[in-house]
Amino acid sequence: MKEDAFDRRAFLKSAVAGGAAAAAGTLPKSAEAQGTAPTKTPAQESPPPTYSFLNPDEAAFIEALVDHMVPADQYSPKGTDLGLNLYIDRALASGWGKGDRTYMQGPWRPGVPSQGYQLPLTPAALYRSGIAAANAACAKTYGRRFDKLDPAQREEFMQGMRSGKVVFEGGPPSRAFFATVYQNVMEGMFGDPMYGGNRGKAGWKMIGFPGVIAVHYQNVEKFRGKKYSVEPVSISDMS
Amino acid sequence: MATRLKEVDVVIVGLGWTGGILAKELAEAGLKVVALERGGLRLPQSDFTVPQVRDEIRYVIRHDLMMDTQKDTLTIRNNVSQEALPMRRLGSFLPGDTVGGSGVHWSGHTWRWTDMEFKVRSRYEERYGKKYLPEDMTIQDWGITYDELEPYYEKFERVAAVSGKAGNLRGKIVPGGNPFEAPRANEYPLPPLTPLLAQEMFREAAAANGYHPFPRPSANASRPYTNPDGAKYGACQYCGHCQRFGCEANAKGSALISVIPIAMRNPNFELRTHAWATKVLKDPGAKRVTGVAYTNVLNGDEFEQPASIVLLCAYAINNVHLMLLSGIGEAYDPVTQKGVIGKNYCYQTGASATLFFEGKHFNPFMNAGGSSTTIDDFNANWQFDRSKHGYVGGFIVAGAFNTSLPIGYRPVPAGTPAWGTEWKAATAKWYDTAMQINMSGSVMANRYNYFDLDPTYRNAFGLPLMRMTFDYKPNEHRIGEHAAQVINDLAKSMKPTHLNPAVARTGPWTVVPYQSTHNTGGTIMGTDPRTSAVNKYLQSWDAHNLFVVGANVFPHNSTYNPTGPVGALAYWTADAIKNKYVKNPGLLV
Repeated sequence: MKEDAFDRRAFLKSAVAGGAAAAAGTLPKSAEAQGTAPTKTPAQESPPPTYSFLNPDEAAFIEALVDHMVPADQYSPKGTDLGLNLYIDRALASGWGKGDRTYMQGPWRPGVPSQGYQLPLTPAALYRSGIAAANAACAKTYGRRFDKLDPAQREEFMQGMRSGKVVFEGGPPSRAFFATVYQNVMEGMFGDPMYGGNRGKAGWKMIGFPGVIAVHYQNVEKFRGKKYSVEPVSISDMS
Repeated sequence: MATRLKEVDVVIVGLGWTGGILAKELAEAGLKVVALERGGLRLPQSDFTVPQVRDEIRYVIRHDLMMDTQKDTLTIRNNVSQEALPMRRLGSFLPGDTVGGSGVHWSGHTWRWTDMEFKVRSRYEERYGKKYLPEDMTIQDWGITYDELEPYYEKFERVAAVSGKAGNLRGKIVPGGNPFEAPRANEYPLPPLTPLLAQEMFREAAAANGYHPFPRPSANASRPYTNPDGAKYGACQYCGHCQRFGCEANAKGSALISVIPIAMRNPNFELRTHAWATKVLKDPGAKRVTGVAYTNVLNGDEFEQPASIVLLCAYAINNVHLMLLSGIGEAYDPVTQKGVIGKNYCYQTGASATLFFEGKHFNPFMNAGGSSTTIDDFNANWQFDRSKHGYVGGFIVAGAFNTSLPIGYRPVPAGTPAWGTEWKAATAKWYDTAMQINMSGSVMANRYNYFDLDPTYRNAFGLPLMRMTFDYKPNEHRIGEHAAQVINDLAKSMKPTHLNPAVARTGPWTVVPYQSTHNTGGTIMGTDPRTSAVNKYLQSWDAHNLFVVGANVFPHNSTYNPTGPVGALAYWTADAIKNKYVKNPGLLV
């Protein structure tokens, strides 16, 4: 079994590994059939993004990526309308982006995959170098930077980063970069909206997560085996 | 130059469950006690309030209650031929920071470990023969018995508000509990938690397959409760934010709401937060220690706190680190197998299957930390013949939900794309309609799994990081294979719409993703100073006024969560100090 060097929780939890393709093609229909509330937001106006870390080229890359990963459909508005780009920008500008809680002393060695993250880069530095390297790789392969690719090229390039097939010359490993971006997109989509993502609690509505009000002493019996439908409540809703 | 402070009777390093228990007990016995806690103080009424406490990003993703690897971490490697590298971020395990320690963010699973662990070598040799145990499996008897510990288990269960159902009351098997458990003198202090649909489905399937399911005992109060010390617990609200969170309902057993506030009201006790212990001070002329050196991390001031008795009550890994940094006892060498400090580091192993049931509603956001229906047929059941599978130890299997929040928990059938509309459709469809069956497996000690000091990397105090050398051995792989088979057979019998089967681990232990904060060993207990660091009273063989308390004394790791025996041993040690050591200081064995 091959082991990734980098945080694989997102991948593991979304079970992308191995196995025959399930009946994924039929899923949208059955999801509707079982009553998943479609979260159509007709032409919802997003506030213009104000970035504190990403430069315009980097922002264009992230916007293109989150909109490809989270397209507008019957399940939710698209990534930028959910604020996933803003979530990432704020995370990179925060202590986390600057290496908070990360041991940053050398010497630096690649190590073996089981030893985890060993790059001499804070998350912010990983994004900065990773986006530049990704755009350079896109230019080399497609003659255009990532945000100018067509959807099929974008898909191909993202799969290439995910598997590590795309090589970032002189940059960080593409797979390490992409694993971090992927994890951050999931955080933005399903974390509390106060961090900039999950706008309108659309990520929570998509799956039926009720948010922060969780007094279920009686519900645990009353709703055992039954659907529990409520309007989700976020931290700022209660603050 | 460190400031030398006035001597006290007892100095405690680390104020979590074990430090809190010992602080309360010894202060009540009239001893002057000072606790040094590297973190700050967080209070449930101000720090664990709704809505702020319900924040998956802050607590789960960014590790707000956990140790800060920027200040101190370990280096890790799978075997002695590798170069160990720093665990630069938390991943596989999550030791706590701040007063209350990991007992603030645990889930509350509270087991009684039995003579099957405490007499592990003699029992296996008796039943399976000496040759059954691999040569490099360095398991040994613990030097303590279940009967000795039974009253202390009960004491801890009552203090921590454990909900459960007895399966064996004074030798009589009681329906509804774990029939394989060791005899208990009394029932649990609280009845079991209300079971979830996933638990009920697992219970029916397990029973139909001939197993013996029972509600897992856990320190989540199933109803309001006042413990024997007068500490008040609220009822668990099944809020789904248990593991990695402080409890807003004061329903989770925690030193922070039980023993610690009682100790703090006692004038014999003083807590110093942000006090980072760097060394245990030795008396070069005698087999005793003289106190603890520490740094105030708020301003860098250095102190020496002299004390008649020193108690190491930090997280298991940090207790071992402090022993190695202080040069107490002989460091373990895996080549010569001489020395004891660092020996027998153990971990646990796990696997899980995800079962998808079209049309069911599991409400994965409604659960307690202990919402788990479990079978012990392949662990505490000594009748189960291990030789058919060729391993030592065993595993427990459970149908359970615990803290299944949407960043970390979004089950989809294998083969689902990782993004795009198909991914969203599957995520939306299956979030509420999937459940898991998981297992936790034991890890037996091995000659080459150990701790020592890293030759290269240093922490924020300029001290060597501790180096962890660990990997799973063939014994653990065989447990994993058998457990995966049991899980998958059970899962298939439940006829799910889709099944992501459990897969036995075959690769090396990795520092990501999260696996378990059940790290054990390094200063193990035993009957012989040549093969153990502490005696049955957790007293150092090399310094009779030093006690090292925590899962670091376990000579191997069971399938069960470790906090039950950790708490019981803390009470056991407190009694030994109060009733024996103080009257006649010296080795108790």
